[in-house]
Amino acid sequence: MKNDIYWNPFLETLPQEKLRELQLKKFKRIVGWAYNNSPFYRKLYKDAGIEPGDVNRWEDIAKVPKTDKGMLRDVQKRDPFPYGDMLAVPLSEVTEFRQTSGTTGTPVYQADTWQDWEWWSECWSYILYSQGYRDTDRVFIPFGYNIFVAFWAAHYAAEKLGCEVVPGGVLDTEARILKMQELKCNAFMATPTYVLGMADTARKIGINPVTDLFIKKITCAGEPGASIPMTKKRIQDSWGAKVYDHIGATEIGAWSYECASQPGGLHVNEAFFIVEIEDVDTGEIIIEPNRRGKMIITALDRIGKPCIRFDSKDIIKWADYTCDCGRTFRIIDGGVIGRADDITKVKGVLLAPTAIEEVVRSIPELANDYQVTVSKKGDIDDILLEIELMPEYESRKEDVLNRLRDQLRVRVNLGFKIEFRSCGSLPRYEVKAKRFKDLRKEK
Amino acid sequence: MIDIIEIKDIDKKIKKLRKLAEEIMAQAGHIETVKRNTKRALASIAMLELNICDLSDLN
Repeated sequence: MKNDIYWNPFLETLPQEKLRELQLKKFKRIVGWAYNNSPFYRKLYKDAGIEPGDVNRWEDIAKVPKTDKGMLRDVQKRDPFPYGDMLAVPLSEVTEFRQTSGTTGTPVYQADTWQDWEWWSECWSYILYSQGYRDTDRVFIPFGYNIFVAFWAAHYAAEKLGCEVVPGGVLDTEARILKMQELKCNAFMATPTYVLGMADTARKIGINPVTDLFIKKITCAGEPGASIPMTKKRIQDSWGAKVYDHIGATEIGAWSYECASQPGGLHVNEAFFIVEIEDVDTGEIIIEPNRRGKMIITALDRIGKPCIRFDSKDIIKWADYTCDCGRTFRIIDGGVIGRADDITKVKGVLLAPTAIEEVVRSIPELANDYQVTVSKKGDIDDILLEIELMPEYESRKEDVLNRLRDQLRVRVNLGFKIEFRSCGSLPRYEVKAKRFKDLRKEK
Repeated sequence: MIDIIEIKDIDKKIKKLRKLAEEIMAQAGHIETVKRNTKRALASIAMLELNICDLSDLN
């Protein structure tokens, strides 16, 4: 076993039974911490008749009440402002404010202490080290450093690893590309949508990302794209670089990562988090691989605003394979498949937006941007796919349309209304892309 | 494979480090720079504890 591939060779190769023992010990500790320090959690647990001392076996974890985003929003109406009584430390201990993007509603405000901030960068250190980031790398971060946590923690983790970090803050895309070229940066991090958009912009200004830049690895976050095989391939081809996925969330932390072995899924950092997968219909905890459910997650060491048994609504499944990197952390197959709120029935068919992306990205004549709108015409669902055809393929429009329609029918099992838009006319996104609209929900 | 002897040894040293940092914190009084920098050091020590000391107590 090569020890130099691990950030922590002890924890990352801990036998599964030891990992469970460690997780249970830490779960009891964080539940006790929350009970003793957070009025919200104390009430939640008291109302459910749970005391920290009641958690003694692995099976007891499921008895602890879950939390969800609605609760996180509700607590913000109470003191202390602006976080509410989920806070488990005095306000004077809070050193970091961040907020969620508000993709699913009112943004959630996140408080972190300095220890939490160290913890964030520690979690990201596991990610970056596993993807081969070292002190010889010059890493560019084309991110508008702001109220979203996104690549802030990645920045600090890269520094912790000894990388030279170049913050690409308020520069526009063109200036970012030129700076990456000037400094010969060899790695960068961004959302998959933005990574693809950067490649387009580079080509527009006469720079071929594969031959004129020096990028060898790209870490994606914020959207599921880098775990969608055709999107990953498109990014890799555009940049001539290895592309890695990572999944995290403001209210949870950086909980999973694709390692350099790229087994087809992402490791869950089981030393710092407990991931449970719950059957959406029955609530049963799913242990076996290949069965989808929604993720319930606990951040085991986050103290400012604890995240305990949080119903993330992310749809995931355990992999039925292990990874040859030697890490014992379990793998979720194919990353986040969708969100419980997004996976919806259209014309009676269960539809995950990631399946549409997989098809769109498999057709080379199509540009990177697209939009899906589900609406209702009378009693019948209508699904519209707007796409951009690259101008040089205008003559193949009919052929592209037929291939797209056929593949959507085969892979998604739905008939789409497809409309071409001129290249560059659909919205571009720097942070999270919002490509799926269900107008039926807005009524 | 976990080298338990190595972990126990590092664990002992991390505990000493915490004790020392806490002693400095208690002495800091009105010296703001000592207080704030030690607080940061304690947050880093907490990361060492998560990575090593938590393992050390496993059966």
